[in-house]
Amino acid sequence: MSTLTTEELSATTLLRFATAGSVDDGKSTLVGRLLHDSKSVLTDQLEAVEHASRNRGQEAPDLALLTDGLRAEREQGITIDVAYRYFATAKRRFILADTPGHVQYTRNMVTGASTAELTVILVDARNGVVEQTRRHAAIAALLRVPHVVLAVNKMDLVDYKEPVFAAIAEEFTAYALELGVPEITAIPISALAGDNVVEPSATMDWYGGPTFLEHLETVPVTHDLSHCHARLPVQYVIRPQTAEHPDYRGYAGQIAAGSFHVGEAVTVLPSGRASRVLGIDLLGEPVDVAWTTQSVTLLLEDDIDISRGDLIVPSKDAPATTQDIEATVCHVADQALTVGHRVLLKHGTRTVKAIVKDIPSRLTLDDLSLHPHPGQLVANDIGRVKIRTAEPLPVDSYSDSRRTGSFILIDPNDGTTLTAGMVGESFASPEPVKDESDDDGWDF
Amino acid sequence: MTTTVAEAEEGTGAPYALSHLDALESEAVHIFREVAGEFERPVILFSGGKDSIVMLHLALKAFAPAAVPFTLLHVDTGHNFPEVLEYRDRAVARHGLRLHVASVQDYIDRGVLKERSDGTRNPLQTLPLTEKIQAEKFDAVFGGGRRDEEKARAKERVFSLRDEFSQWDPRRQRPELWNLYNGRHAPGEHVRVFPLSNWTELDVWQYIAREGIELPQIYFAHEREVFARNGMWLTAGEWGGPKDTETVEKRQVRYRTVGDMSCTGAVDSEAVTLEEVITEIAASRLTERGATRADDKMSEAAMEDRKREGYF
Repeated sequence: MSTLTTEELSATTLLRFATAGSVDDGKSTLVGRLLHDSKSVLTDQLEAVEHASRNRGQEAPDLALLTDGLRAEREQGITIDVAYRYFATAKRRFILADTPGHVQYTRNMVTGASTAELTVILVDARNGVVEQTRRHAAIAALLRVPHVVLAVNKMDLVDYKEPVFAAIAEEFTAYALELGVPEITAIPISALAGDNVVEPSATMDWYGGPTFLEHLETVPVTHDLSHCHARLPVQYVIRPQTAEHPDYRGYAGQIAAGSFHVGEAVTVLPSGRASRVLGIDLLGEPVDVAWTTQSVTLLLEDDIDISRGDLIVPSKDAPATTQDIEATVCHVADQALTVGHRVLLKHGTRTVKAIVKDIPSRLTLDDLSLHPHPGQLVANDIGRVKIRTAEPLPVDSYSDSRRTGSFILIDPNDGTTLTAGMVGESFASPEPVKDESDDDGWDF
Repeated sequence: MTTTVAEAEEGTGAPYALSHLDALESEAVHIFREVAGEFERPVILFSGGKDSIVMLHLALKAFAPAAVPFTLLHVDTGHNFPEVLEYRDRAVARHGLRLHVASVQDYIDRGVLKERSDGTRNPLQTLPLTEKIQAEKFDAVFGGGRRDEEKARAKERVFSLRDEFSQWDPRRQRPELWNLYNGRHAPGEHVRVFPLSNWTELDVWQYIAREGIELPQIYFAHEREVFARNGMWLTAGEWGGPKDTETVEKRQVRYRTVGDMSCTGAVDSEAVTLEEVITEIAASRLTERGATRADDKMSEAAMEDRKREGYF
């Protein structure tokens, strides 16, 4: 970190990634190694860990104390919640969503993966692909995380043998591709010894790929916007009503997908009114074009009624509006979600009343089998739901847009976030396998 | 100024990529606008420190060319740096904002709070802050807290629900999915909002440099009368330092954080420009809090415990 120049620091991009791993796969060691070897742990943090470790009677500093931030976590020696960590190299800034690996914390992995461009799935080289690995792959596929890294850890305990790594990589890749994971990179590592994490391994010369950090530094974070549907959820209407700006009326929001340019014909949903982009303000500066994920203000040619919750889209590419949403959901609250439940649904910047009409199936992550009509979803369950909304919503399929294809359900009584929802089909299997027991449910 | 796609591509070497500062700025602006759209009485905690100055700058950009639709709140410990108070008042006047002040000194004078033997007033801020929130019925309170500051803060949400006693319960936090922030709260409850959650100290400084934001001068190297306590250089002053055994000396120092004088330490520094400050921070082997905050060193869970009680 100390070698960066100001120019280098300014030219970097940001990668958000998430980790997933079973309890003993060495996730904390990997994160500790990554932070330590990239010189992101500072002296006073290390001293604090050494001090706390000594107080506990441990001889070596326990690097897990770097990441377990809460009293209860240190007491129980487990990670109970997502934590976010930050580090930087000359090429990139990183935001790591460090998520617990326990089965019962599926919701935390979903939370971490929802904003991640890349997910790291850790396996123990001695055990290979286990049920938990399949669960993590399924969640990465479900959340449509663009890049997945399979980190085959503890290579030191299998004598750094290539065939062990190759067999695990092959088995995992076949499985994940079937689920629709778009890109998989397998890397043999030893987090404990430091092989291929930040420094290339001296003992695995058979491996010709990048180290873990090199891969994080070079994986693309941009998307080809020409295939994206442009979407702007209106957050706030800016009307200065001052002498200087008597007629300024701007629609502020963060572009959720695609790009907008001045002169483009646009439609406002759900009303369906049409206009044209007169100007785009990028935080005070006029621009000709703006794209995801810039926060902008759109000015339109016509004075039409637009308010928070509306969606501005290109007229040539408007989604249909619907009051009946079918989605795959992950239930994140302790109270159950049941058929008939009256909820609030937040989609983009719009929150509407909704009712859970049906729960056609619950997914068993272990083998991806379906349990038809479970009646309810409890914490950490993943299932299909049918929801009727009080007002029509312009939803996209989650496979087209992670932002305008996602929603949350909220308990109207106490405000609890109940459920994370993804509109449309769940897995992008190239050849869907029909579930015979439930014709209108899953398609794989 | 106008930007075309081709020009934008040149800047980052990839089509449609945002630089990390643009990405962080855009996210923070989105958070400010969500709060403006969903809450009745939001307020920005403004101390005149660099994080709150960056927050105000982001809020100004988020609603331009209209005014910032929030008021400001300063918890005045009574031991603030005069340069910072002066900056605070100038910023408020320049942007035509309304400033609320919650005063720790008032609480001590009324006998509601008792001065601590170590002279530190940071923990005393919680009561004036939470009572002000209740009295003014603020429903969203922006704080400049960053997750990189401290390990309890690493667990903090962007929208963080506080109960009617302003308490934080880390085990009952709402999961935050995508950018769909949930601001629902019952009457009497409020939401703490942290638009700089994903920023690091270096990001804040780079952004200040890029945007040309003015800061109080104490952030740059200057000569100051200080004395050593608990391994930090504290400013001598009427707040109670130095004690008899402590000796004052003149040193070239600057501040990395700005807070109560009794517990905010200065660091030895030669950095008089933003560029030099950034170089110094990038090379530092100490975190900003480790280097300059005494109150975080009190126990392993000092920050978590204070946050639970309603601290920001």
